[in-house]
Amino acid sequence: MRRVSWFNVTSLTFGLAFLYLPMVVLVVYSFNANKLVTVWAGFSTKWYGELFRNEAFLDAAWVTLRVAVVSSTLATVLGTAAAYVLVRGGRFFGRTLFSGMLYAPLVMPDVILGLSLLLLFIAIGLDRGMITIILAHTTFSMAYVAVVVTSRLVAFDHALEEAARDLGCNRWDAFRLVTLPIIAPAVVSGWLLSFTLSLDDLVIASFTSGPSSTTLPIKIFSAVRLGVSPEINALSAILIGIVTVGVITTSLMSKRAIAKRIRDENRAET
Amino acid sequence: MAENPRKPKPPTDVFTPWEDPAAKPLIEFRNVTKRFGEFVAIDDLTIDIYEREFFALLGPSGCGKTTMMRMLAGFESPSAGEILLGGKSMVGIPPNERPVNMMFQSYALFPHLSVWDNIAFGLRRDKKSKSAIAARVDEMLRLTRLEQFARRKPHQISGGQRQRVALARSLAKAPKLLLLDEPLGALDRKLREETQFELMDIQEKTGTTFVIVTHDQEEAMTVASRIAVMEHGKVMQVDTPAKVYEMPNSVYVADFIGDVNLIEGVFSRPAPETCQITYDESEPPIHLDATPGIAEGARVTYAIRPEKIRVSADRPDDLANAAFGKIIDIGYLGDISTYHVELANGQMVKAAMTNSTRVSRREFTWDDEVWLSWRETAGVVLDH
Ligand SMILES: Nc1ncnc2c1ncn2[C@@H]1O[C@H](COP(=O)(O)OP(=O)(O)OP(=O)(O)O)[C@@H](O)[C@H]1O
Ligand SMILES: [Mg+2]
Repeated sequence: MRRVSWFNVTSLTFGLAFLYLPMVVLVVYSFNANKLVTVWAGFSTKWYGELFRNEAFLDAAWVTLRVAVVSSTLATVLGTAAAYVLVRGGRFFGRTLFSGMLYAPLVMPDVILGLSLLLLFIAIGLDRGMITIILAHTTFSMAYVAVVVTSRLVAFDHALEEAARDLGCNRWDAFRLVTLPIIAPAVVSGWLLSFTLSLDDLVIASFTSGPSSTTLPIKIFSAVRLGVSPEINALSAILIGIVTVGVITTSLMSKRAIAKRIRDENRAET
Repeated sequence: MAENPRKPKPPTDVFTPWEDPAAKPLIEFRNVTKRFGEFVAIDDLTIDIYEREFFALLGPSGCGKTTMMRMLAGFESPSAGEILLGGKSMVGIPPNERPVNMMFQSYALFPHLSVWDNIAFGLRRDKKSKSAIAARVDEMLRLTRLEQFARRKPHQISGGQRQRVALARSLAKAPKLLLLDEPLGALDRKLREETQFELMDIQEKTGTTFVIVTHDQEEAMTVASRIAVMEHGKVMQVDTPAKVYEMPNSVYVADFIGDVNLIEGVFSRPAPETCQITYDESEPPIHLDATPGIAEGARVTYAIRPEKIRVSADRPDDLANAAFGKIIDIGYLGDISTYHVELANGQMVKAAMTNSTRVSRREFTWDDEVWLSWRETAGVVLDH
């Protein structure tokens, strides 16, 4: 039996509390029957019902979802292509500059990125709306995809692609049939990362969204400024639920993949 | 070098296209140089390899064997010179358009595909019919004895099995030219010998030209129609295994292939038809048969294989050369024993004798004084 160290228990409790207490409070109050958020008046799910009748929130959620899907897909394609060129392209003119520029959105403050995109859209006369949010989100998530995919490509055995070429593939087929399936886990996590980044982005979206299109984070933020309503609590609780399920699923999936691999390797030895 | 009892008759008796001036080579390296930056990996190489040959590249690590293969397969292009395949220049032709398949030193199996799909990969690119692909893959699986592993992924099989998958995959397309980069390194001795014979069998059946890289001299001797001995990006000698072994053209080749005694001396011709090498004032000279092309008084190296030297207690009178010495060391190798004998002048000479009797009744032991003797024709003279 391991001795329980009070120090460990205390720090674990404080750590978890620090991370999750606010969320627990939020979820609990989302089931509050009272209109006053901070005064408990019994359990109720009526705010969830209210939420689903609120057109504005539903519209914003729908916009957010579409923006997230389209921009993360675009970012995945572009980011993977960029990573591939950086790792496989050998030396070409401007390689260092290109790689530096690709990673710039990672360190650039969101405000500056948002402002510069806004100026660009105004300069080229592009009306602000869903298109501009998608473009903006693609721009910065592509950098994250590139980072994730690059790290996988660096570990990828170049001889595999050569073997594919040797067996009759042109460059594109070799990429499609050998490289892509092998780096697929990194591409998928790049997509998921972009998706989450797009879902919870407030700053850049508020610069690039127009009156016709508002994303959920903007909607929540502006609603909260008028006062926290129980509806917002309900909405946030739903979002927390979605994210939790997503995180648990991915980690379970990768755990099972690792376990399967270990089993297979043991079997190969016998 | 231990002779393999199953070694079939060397093909050199019948198959010698390199001696036929009318024969057209399948592969021609014409003054090919490959540089990596400043480093010269292949240095002005000119070689012809003929159809149906089993051509072995032998040389120390880093001498450019893989680089040669990669240029043939199309992954590297020569910095200078030209490679022709079937008379056609290969400049600018990508790997997928060459009638060449390569088995990689690292196997390069596709980890996301099963053994079956790995082997079928090349066939699918040729847009063959499903049934034709299945038939061919099954044939390859049978050949490499991998039938029960067909559904496994590469990480689910052992190292030797992986090597066989790589071999099967490169054979599947029945290419005109097959490049094998150390194909049998990971196999144990027995399986390796079996696979060597399988390779030779395949080669005989399909008429494919093989270029094989190996670190194992015995393997090269067993399978090859010709051997190229390389050093630092240069080919030192290209010849049949027997010639490379019996008649090396340089000290490097003699030393690289098998075991050899190298004795330095001065060449002289006391009479028109008799030649000799004096290696020590106090020892009698080594008598040779007529050796044209070497100047009187030239410094040469005499190379003689240990198994060409006889060890005896008394001075034999039937052999032209004899030297007296003391046994310093005995290396027991099972089928043969190697005696390290020190001559009076301090020169060490190795002599190998087959162990026809059991060790306990061996004739000679440490510190015995013995006579070494050999024929005039037993060694070769290597000019400096
Ligand atoms: N892409 C490269 N860039 C720079 N140097 C290289 C490259 N490829 C090979 N070389 C060098 O060229 C030389 C020949 O390499 P190669 O791989 O042909 O050797 P090898 O004869 O196959 O050796 P081994 O028996 O160890 O496989 C080596 O010194 C190696 O370092
Ligand atoms: Mg090599």
